[in-house]
Amino acid sequence: MKKIFLMSMVITAGMFGLNPYAFAEHVQSLRGDLSLEENSVAPTLKQYQKDEAPIARDYLQQPPLIPHKIDGYRVTIKHNKCLSCHSWTNYKARGATKISQTHFESRDGAIMSNVAPRRYFCSQCHVPQVKAKELIANDFEPVEAMRH
Amino acid sequence: MSKKKISLSVLIIGFIIGVIFWGAFNWTLELTNTEQFCISCHEMRDNVYVEYKDTIHYANRTGVRATCPDCHVPREWIYKIRRKIQASNELYHKALGTIDTREKFEAKRLELARHEWVRMKENDSRECRNCHNYDDMDYPSQGRRAVDNHVKGFANGETCIDCHKGVAHELPDMFEDDASAVLLKH
Repeated sequence: MKKIFLMSMVITAGMFGLNPYAFAEHVQSLRGDLSLEENSVAPTLKQYQKDEAPIARDYLQQPPLIPHKIDGYRVTIKHNKCLSCHSWTNYKARGATKISQTHFESRDGAIMSNVAPRRYFCSQCHVPQVKAKELIANDFEPVEAMRH
Repeated sequence: MSKKKISLSVLIIGFIIGVIFWGAFNWTLELTNTEQFCISCHEMRDNVYVEYKDTIHYANRTGVRATCPDCHVPREWIYKIRRKIQASNELYHKALGTIDTREKFEAKRLELARHEWVRMKENDSRECRNCHNYDDMDYPSQGRRAVDNHVKGFANGETCIDCHKGVAHELPDMFEDDASAVLLKH
């Protein structure tokens, strides 16, 4: 009986003292310190960088970033707007970066004469950039070899 | 009534009738020169019109919109009439049902697109130049790539459509031009 009483005392103390809701007050979601009913202020829309020089990679095997806008660029089964400049046929005339040779390799490791289907959808890996502050501060730095 | 008076009144009445007929003709012609008229056919409404709605000529920051006839019908009268007479062929094919399904349209897309590309190439992209004039381009406010390609292109006597294909509609299967631009081979 004494044991049960002690246990219930501990549990009661736990419920009041270590109230999990007390911790919840300090957790802030990305939408700010607002109650559920309030609307957060919509962030201003970021503009994609219009047309910049190629952006250096930050880590090995990073898919290069797209240094220009790609609004309205379509990649369909019949036409790939990106390849109208970046394909091996066109890159010289358009002064663009050509796609990597790795893009000709099929998933079975066969080297194809053309862009492999798994590498056809450019924006799966390559993305355009906006000038924006990171949402959460970080101190990422490229490895030594990439810094030069 | 003297002969002189009769011939004068014939002239005046003829003139008035002429004005009315000419006005009616032009009015009808202009009715066929509207987007509403173009998309009254499902071939246009369900294919090219839908694609165009996703492009800069339909929706953009300035609120200026180029509708079908702005690009596809010349503004100058003589060229307009010539294009309108050619367009009667489209009525014939409407009756035949040449592109009355998506599949038929897709099969014809390259051929139809080529007609427009050839027309634009031959008239030095005249309809583009109703709004875009390369003499008036402000190069410093263009992007790097745009300045480069515009200066080079104009120096080589190229015209808008040489590069700006598919700005308002989906491009056809360009397998013949660049095999790497397509996912499926035939």
